[in-house]
Amino acid sequence: MSLVNRDQGKGFKRLNRRAMLLFGAQAGFMGLLGSRLHYLQVVEGKKYRLLAEENRINIRLIPPARGLIYDRDWVPVAQNDQNYRVVMVREQAGDVRKILDRLRKIIPLDDNDFAAALKEFKRRAAFVPVTIAEHLTWEQLAEISVNAPALPGVSAEVGLSRYYPLGPDFAHIVGYVGPVSDYDLKRLDDQDPLLQIPKFQIGKTGVERKLERRLRGLAGTRRIEVNAVGRVIREIDRREGKPGANVQLTVDHRLQNYVEARLEGQSAAAVVIDVNNGDIVALGSAPSFDPNKFVTGISSTDYRALMDSPYRPLANKTVQGTYPPGSTFKIMVALAALESGAIDTRETIFCRGYIDLGKQRFHCWKRSGHGKIDLKNSLKQSCDVYYYELAQRVGIEKIAEMARKFGLGERHHLPLNGIAAGLVPTKNWKKTKIGEHWRIGDTLNSAIGQGFVLASPLQLALMTARIATGRAVAPRLIKSIDGVPTENPRPPSLGISRASLNAVRGGMFAVSNERGGTAYSKRIAEKTMRMAGKTGTSQVRRITRKERAAGVIRNEDLPWERRDHALFIAFAPYDKPRYAVAVVVEHGGGGSRFAAPIARDIMLEALYGSEPPLTAYPASQRTRIMNERKKLKLRAPEDYPKAKDRA
Amino acid sequence: MSYLVHNLKTVPTGWRKLLYLNWPLILLVTAVACIGFLMLYSVAGGNFQTWAEPQVKRFAVGFALMMVVAFIPIWFWRNVAGLAYFISLMLLIGVELFGQVGMGAQRWIDLGFMRLQPSELMKIALVMALAAYYDWLDDERVSRPFWVLLPLLLILVPMLLVLKQPDLGTALLLAIGGGAIMFLAGVSLWYFLAAFLSGGALVAAVLFSRGTSWQLLKDYQYKRIDTFLDPSTDPLGAGYHITQSKIALGSGGWSGRGFMQGTQSRLNFLPEKQTDFIFTTLAEELGFVGGMTLMVLYALIILFCLTSAFGNRDRFGSLLTHGIATTFFLFFAVNMSMVMGMAPVVGVPLPLVSYGGTAMLVLLIGFGLVQSAHVHRPRRAG
Repeated sequence: MSLVNRDQGKGFKRLNRRAMLLFGAQAGFMGLLGSRLHYLQVVEGKKYRLLAEENRINIRLIPPARGLIYDRDWVPVAQNDQNYRVVMVREQAGDVRKILDRLRKIIPLDDNDFAAALKEFKRRAAFVPVTIAEHLTWEQLAEISVNAPALPGVSAEVGLSRYYPLGPDFAHIVGYVGPVSDYDLKRLDDQDPLLQIPKFQIGKTGVERKLERRLRGLAGTRRIEVNAVGRVIREIDRREGKPGANVQLTVDHRLQNYVEARLEGQSAAAVVIDVNNGDIVALGSAPSFDPNKFVTGISSTDYRALMDSPYRPLANKTVQGTYPPGSTFKIMVALAALESGAIDTRETIFCRGYIDLGKQRFHCWKRSGHGKIDLKNSLKQSCDVYYYELAQRVGIEKIAEMARKFGLGERHHLPLNGIAAGLVPTKNWKKTKIGEHWRIGDTLNSAIGQGFVLASPLQLALMTARIATGRAVAPRLIKSIDGVPTENPRPPSLGISRASLNAVRGGMFAVSNERGGTAYSKRIAEKTMRMAGKTGTSQVRRITRKERAAGVIRNEDLPWERRDHALFIAFAPYDKPRYAVAVVVEHGGGGSRFAAPIARDIMLEALYGSEPPLTAYPASQRTRIMNERKKLKLRAPEDYPKAKDRA
Repeated sequence: MSYLVHNLKTVPTGWRKLLYLNWPLILLVTAVACIGFLMLYSVAGGNFQTWAEPQVKRFAVGFALMMVVAFIPIWFWRNVAGLAYFISLMLLIGVELFGQVGMGAQRWIDLGFMRLQPSELMKIALVMALAAYYDWLDDERVSRPFWVLLPLLLILVPMLLVLKQPDLGTALLLAIGGGAIMFLAGVSLWYFLAAFLSGGALVAAVLFSRGTSWQLLKDYQYKRIDTFLDPSTDPLGAGYHITQSKIALGSGGWSGRGFMQGTQSRLNFLPEKQTDFIFTTLAEELGFVGGMTLMVLYALIILFCLTSAFGNRDRFGSLLTHGIATTFFLFFAVNMSMVMGMAPVVGVPLPLVSYGGTAMLVLLIGFGLVQSAHVHRPRRAG
């Protein structure tokens, strides 16, 4: 081979020519690249910058602290407690199983928890903290901290979790919160991004649910820079949210506790209303349940027990339960008759124990009859025949009108769920809803609060408050939200004449304070506190003619669910009413025997604002009352959480 | 022959060669490499050791090699061209049999101190071999079918071997680079027309064979074509590279986010950020201005090679310089097209900038050859 290279010769010019062509093509392509770069960076630059930011920046929500709920004295009934939880990071833990096994010796973890944690680890990226256990005690937390060197990747985090310090007392009023479910999302039609946070707690029942929007607050945001796999690099900025509004209830925690304790063991409801402003001071529904169980996740056996109980612990019977008002409804009939002039206070009607209407016989509860009886005594002794007669005179429409005026058959607005409207029947109602004509027998049944009439304990208490004041008292459960008092105008007059009102009040006074009154034995002895009431016993079964002939079976001999409901309504003090109370004991038996004593005890507790002196009771009952009182499971004053420094 | 022998005397000797080197070209190459160091420093999040340091060392070695190659007379390189081609081919076959597979494609031989990719060596060896062939071939025979078939084989054999690895990018580079030298050497344009048509037919065959028993490409290669044609079909899978690359690049805007301020690459949204996709980081951080600057530097490198080749009456040196310039052009043209979403992702590094040993060494050896051709070019006496 030669040392030197060949001369280009002839090909030289052609090579240069073709090289120019090639370079031209290359230059053209470079121009193309340049224009593409220009297009991407300059023309479309803004779009891509936005996309890049979306890539890079994640917006994380900061859940706001949920608003607290207080009783009327600023004692917290729903608060946010620090919830200590153990989290574990896979990439730091190394052998996840081994560490979990060690953790098991400190905190109880069943096999389900164990498997759930492992599954979560598998699903998430290695750097994502996985919650192993929640609601740890301080001791467990301390033990984990002490053993930290043996537990790599394990750390404790603190979050906020709802806690109801008074437990079952306020379960029916405040309700409870729980993790947001798909059903909730559908139901709420709420665009709040907070709801998208897994396990975010929202109100499920009661005030927690009805005031959800106010209690929840507004989410804060945290903009964080993340890398391609989602690892957080740094926080860019943070905008704090707005905590939820604090809610003050009208309920008195101490009285509420007393009511719940007094109702315990029965399926019953009691409502205490301040007659002057409609404030609901106590709203007891028994049996109750522990709302905290729902917050931390109730076990299926516990839940089943609550669902299967015939006493329906989950229902708030004060507003959801409707009962035939029984003889308490007679006041409405009396007022309707008095106002329409169908009767006056002096006129007497003869009760021979029954009346016959066509082929049907309508009985008075007293088989032998009351004889000649006037309005006051008809209430005092709860004569049925008197009201059969009155009802025929006034007619159902006027009775219904009066009942409506007193808040029956109307859905009252309170932040509670499932509020029942009850029922005040009219001819039109029966025609449209049942498709039958109204019969005179229906009027007679309605007159004694049986048949179609239905009322909730709340309505009965409200009715009593309206009787006591003659004003259209409206119920109120929320005293203030975020420190702003809720509207509370002086209720307008019902337009019932003073004479009529005084007549029925007098009758009610006689019920509780005159010998022969159906609740005389359940009177208040203290002169300044005397109570005016009305008993009610509402039948839940039909008494056949055959049974009546053989003698009506006594309640005690019937199975529980076929016994009568016991009702009692009352207001006190008679001279200057302050509170109205309604008590319904489901299938309790006679109102005077089973509901009236409860109502009296609650009334005294409310009037005195503390444990009433035994002198308030009739002398003969004091020893028994004292003994009964000892059996009540009341919360000691020091067991209440500290009230907020603000009144 | 006599002309050159005469002129041999005018060729500088010894250290005097230093003065006759194409210094602007050396400066340009070094400048581009320095941009590479800066970008590697940046994508490592301000860490010199991760990528920049090894790259600087490789460049130093490569630079020395370039100088050595430049000092060796160009006729020596012509004489060893065939040998270089043969060795490269053997290595390609060897790597096919014993080589390591990395990233599913590139194959290398582990030399201990570095991983040698024979396919990269072949890029230069093929150019050398073809230049030597046309230097040897009489001008009248250039377009004769037999003498066209021979270089065609020289191109096709390594190309098919590389394609089998499979490395579509390098195969493409070999084919176009080799074709360019044949074009420059004066092969009749009819052949190119024929090649163009048959190439079109091949593309059609590739596309239509899909899913049949005689499918020509692997499934993932088809997938790459699919996602190239419409990246949005698979934004998190195969289209992720292209989409993310365009986002990062586009977000740079006119003047970029500033050096070390690029978010997309540092946060790992970009794949292969230090190798094939490094241009994205550059464009994100230095913007359109930075991207264009690099492109102008590349264009200048090609221009200087060209001017050197134009004045070179030595056929081998001229062809070699053109061939290397074209290969260099193909490197960055394919890489940039890919990064900017104009071509499928084929795995070609950005020359002198991307992290990687063999490509850097091979390119610098190539520029050494260009320098050798420049220094030892025949000069007019007196």
